[in-house]
Amino acid sequence: MITKRIIPCLDVRDGRVVKGVNFTGLNDVSSPVELAKYYTENGADELVFYDITASAEGRRLFTDILCETARTVFIPLTVGGGINTVEDFDRVLKCGADKVSVNSGALKNPELIREASRKYGDQCVVLSADVKRKEGEFRVFAKGGREDTGLEAITWIKRGVCLGAGEIVLNSIDTDGVKGGFDLEMLEAVSNAVSVPVIASGGAGNIEDFITLFQTLPRVDAGLAASIFHFGEVRISDLKAALKKEGIPVREV
Amino acid sequence: MVGIVDYGVGNLFSLVSSFAAIGVEAKASGDPSFLLGADRLVLPGVGAFGDAARALRRSGLQEVVLEAAKKGTPLLGVCLGMQLLLEKSYEYGEHPGLGLIPGEVRPISETILPELKIPHIGWNALHFVNKPCPLFRDLREGEYVYFVHSYAGTGCGETTAAVTEYSAPLTAAVWKDNVYGCQFHPEKSGPVGLRILRAFCAKEVEGC
Repeated sequence: MITKRIIPCLDVRDGRVVKGVNFTGLNDVSSPVELAKYYTENGADELVFYDITASAEGRRLFTDILCETARTVFIPLTVGGGINTVEDFDRVLKCGADKVSVNSGALKNPELIREASRKYGDQCVVLSADVKRKEGEFRVFAKGGREDTGLEAITWIKRGVCLGAGEIVLNSIDTDGVKGGFDLEMLEAVSNAVSVPVIASGGAGNIEDFITLFQTLPRVDAGLAASIFHFGEVRISDLKAALKKEGIPVREV
Repeated sequence: MVGIVDYGVGNLFSLVSSFAAIGVEAKASGDPSFLLGADRLVLPGVGAFGDAARALRRSGLQEVVLEAAKKGTPLLGVCLGMQLLLEKSYEYGEHPGLGLIPGEVRPISETILPELKIPHIGWNALHFVNKPCPLFRDLREGEYVYFVHSYAGTGCGETTAAVTEYSAPLTAAVWKDNVYGCQFHPEKSGPVGLRILRAFCAKEVEGC
């Protein structure tokens, strides 16, 4: 039986891991390479590296760090942030990324999903969507949650899957950083709409939130979080033990 | 020295790194003489079967793989590389494979429950079948490895070495003489995956 995945997300800027609350107020946490190793040894099923660097120099640094991490970490690595072209896919895949997550780049140019999935396979293309309730619907936001695209989320995500996205990361802006639990309503709507795996993101505050997520929404495949793992509020090994106790299938550490 | 067959398909960085992590020298190459001289060969692959099979033929490395397999060099196909070892695939049409392992590659949608997601992505447990495979000598029954696939080998008969359960048993590993295949990614399966690669490099895996 396939297990539910627990995925720490590392937001990396200028070579350091940071984590924002509702996307603002970033704090330095630690070295990406060290954190990646720590998580791998402590039961993470996958890692997401999100590059929030703006400068070209920072991007080179990110690529170097990615290579260094991929040389020592042997679990799946997903890379996102600043992916606008097939060449960007190429750059991070050559450094050892296994999957590439697209967000604003795909909103600007949806064909990117098709081109990349044709070239690297559907399994390689993760569509990440930042979604917020607005005017009675789930609305997709671009540029790290700053720009309203006017697109309805389910329509956009379904289109992304149709174009070749092999996985969805659904990040609820409404619950992100609040630590009040995952956005179950939004996740239910999305996971019922698509047949590819859905990764829940935004809002995890404690172990209970993950139990509630997987018990309420068995179609959700994975839970992603950042600060609660980075600050040691939740240890992945404890989380997995608790999930197992509730009968939720997990890969034992 | 492990030769990783580089026919222009897929990402070889992780495979090379994972052999390095277990202290085994590995090199990705498209040079036939190097590959024929390697102690062991790994056949990687991602993407669609037809494209990869064509790329392997066009690169001229299909003959190299077949020759190496024939002379007894241990060969490990990974993911799509495993599927290429089989006789035929039905992914977007009908494509011939290398025929080193009996069986055909078919969509998993034919066997799994309709409510389950495709691709089969994530960590799933290995269950050993048929005779014990040397690749798994350091593994316990039920250990987890990482899968990403929408198609799987069928009809591999006694060459099936391990299956994984996804509402139905899916072929997870095959083995015949010196030819091995893993549907999952040992290079992405943490310490368990590294134990599999170490076993592939052990003396016991000598071929015939």
